[in-house]
Amino acid sequence: MKHETLSTILFLVFVAGTLGITFWASRHTKDATDFYAGGRSFSGVQNGLAIGGDYMSAASFLGIAGIIALSGYDGFLYSIGFLVAWLVALLLVAELMRNSGKYTMADVLAFRMSPRPVRTAAGVSTITVSIFYLLAQMVGAGALVGLLLGIKSDSGKMWTIIAVGLLMVIYVVIGGMKGTTWVQIVKAVMLMTGAALVTLLVLGKFGFNVSKLLGDAAAQSGKGDAFLNSGLKYGTEAQGIAGKIDLISLGLALVLGTAGLPHILIRFYTVPTAKDARKSVMWGIGIIGVFYLLTLVLGFGAAAIVGSKKISTANAAGNTAAPQLAEEIGRQIFGDVGGTILLAVIAAVAFATILAVVAGLTLASSSSFAHDLYAHVFKRGNVTDKEEVLVARLSAFVIGAVAIVLGILAQSLNVAFLVALAFAVAASGNLPAILYSLFWKRFNTAGAVSAIYGGLISAVVLVIFSPVVSGSKTAMFPDVDFHWFPLSNPGIVSIPLGFLFGYLGTVLSKEYNAEKYAEIEVRSLTGVGAEKAVQH
Amino acid sequence: MTVQHDSSVYEEIQASDQFQELRRRYRSWAFPMTVAFLAWYLLYVVLSGFARGFMGTKLFGNINVALVFGLLQFVSTFLIAWAYSRHAASKLDPLADELRDKVEEKAK
Repeated sequence: MKHETLSTILFLVFVAGTLGITFWASRHTKDATDFYAGGRSFSGVQNGLAIGGDYMSAASFLGIAGIIALSGYDGFLYSIGFLVAWLVALLLVAELMRNSGKYTMADVLAFRMSPRPVRTAAGVSTITVSIFYLLAQMVGAGALVGLLLGIKSDSGKMWTIIAVGLLMVIYVVIGGMKGTTWVQIVKAVMLMTGAALVTLLVLGKFGFNVSKLLGDAAAQSGKGDAFLNSGLKYGTEAQGIAGKIDLISLGLALVLGTAGLPHILIRFYTVPTAKDARKSVMWGIGIIGVFYLLTLVLGFGAAAIVGSKKISTANAAGNTAAPQLAEEIGRQIFGDVGGTILLAVIAAVAFATILAVVAGLTLASSSSFAHDLYAHVFKRGNVTDKEEVLVARLSAFVIGAVAIVLGILAQSLNVAFLVALAFAVAASGNLPAILYSLFWKRFNTAGAVSAIYGGLISAVVLVIFSPVVSGSKTAMFPDVDFHWFPLSNPGIVSIPLGFLFGYLGTVLSKEYNAEKYAEIEVRSLTGVGAEKAVQH
Repeated sequence: MTVQHDSSVYEEIQASDQFQELRRRYRSWAFPMTVAFLAWYLLYVVLSGFARGFMGTKLFGNINVALVFGLLQFVSTFLIAWAYSRHAASKLDPLADELRDKVEEKAK
């Protein structure tokens, strides 16, 4: 049997299983709290796994392993930012948000502000960030299927994008947060198991001697010791000082972006109490941390065992390094059949990874559309739960359709930068607004609105005029040049700007509500009046 | 359903010594620690960009400073998360629970 057939069968088993779970979940989804927050009845461990499933995208699985395989150490640098970021969520955001919010990020922001402008801003930012992220994943899915299943035609890629889009809409519309969470839990277990298995085989081959693994990887890369140090991909010596500042800019966006990503923030509402939210982040940190350690071995293992040349021939960005490694190590240890099976397993895991992440993003954006924009801005809160959930389900269709169309249009463009841009927007707009809301007494409506729009617009504008969109060979539009901003990552400028806009907006407006601040402070720290889990 | 309170109840609680103590215990741990781990992370990123000679120093075998420094970021993240959960469970939760019971008692 060819690996393509086996991959497809395994993937269909995953789809059938998760659809089964989704239909089961739909029978237990009765009201808005079920749809938006899974009835707040997940345990800390379950939500910790779901956090892992929501966060570890194909970009971090295939992408980071690929960067390490081709450029060595720099991929590791990326994963460290992704991990350390969770401390911001744990120490400053998760519990306080669980105590003071209900369904969306905007609930916390709108708490003591004039609700309509703040919800509009938060809704716009949530949907923008989620669509950027979603688009990168959809285009990635199209490219991945080409590489793993041998579908090279544009129409094949198009149908893959349509299938991924339809599946994510089905998970969200039918299963709501419950269905989506279970898809993420199943995916997290599959991904961890698959990555751990290949890692063990790789380490076993090197007699658990990491130094030898690194030595072989460096030797075959042809780059020697430089392969084990930063600088081959980010902030290379050739790029000079600007490249190094770009590296710091990327680092800032990664570490500060996570706690402002809407699809991550809504996960804190799925548990009964703030203590469970804390526990779930603890589990999330453990799972994500171990996962990035595994990708480190996978990346260097791929370099040492498969070889950089073979990897870059298959895909210039190295996105197939992990599947190629699985095939090669399986073949060396268990023969040809073993290689085929391992490759098929890792390919199926990669698809499952994409599906779980895009479902989470679709849920976050449709929840925000229905709860923030429709129910509170458009209808001014005069709306039944039933109507709100109906709108959320309809908007999942619309967002799915938009993502499919944009995904197909962007198929041949290099949109990998969109993930980094989503982190930059989250760090520049959402994070300042959330932190000021929770901790700054004087903060007000004008401050919240200026932080969100200011951060969002600065990050997007700087990226539009950066080398990732025009004026370089790897740009989205390589044939034109209208760039004037020297960095690929806007964070180092846009994050301080977001905080500054939030500050200026606040002090330039007289509005401020001491009673409401007392309420959010007491509620966020003590859990008084926090939304309870549903009992069915 | 959420119990609705007068905001004056919250202002009263906010002004109480017990709440101020909870707030102090939370902030005096979380804020400096956030500054510390961000500084530690930025030091790592800056050294990765500007001190490649130092980062490339081999410690044993092919294990260099860059790898150890990176792994230490993992270790510090795990340790800080664990320390926070210990701090929260022993110093924050009991006080928060007590205050919550008090407010919910008042609201009855």
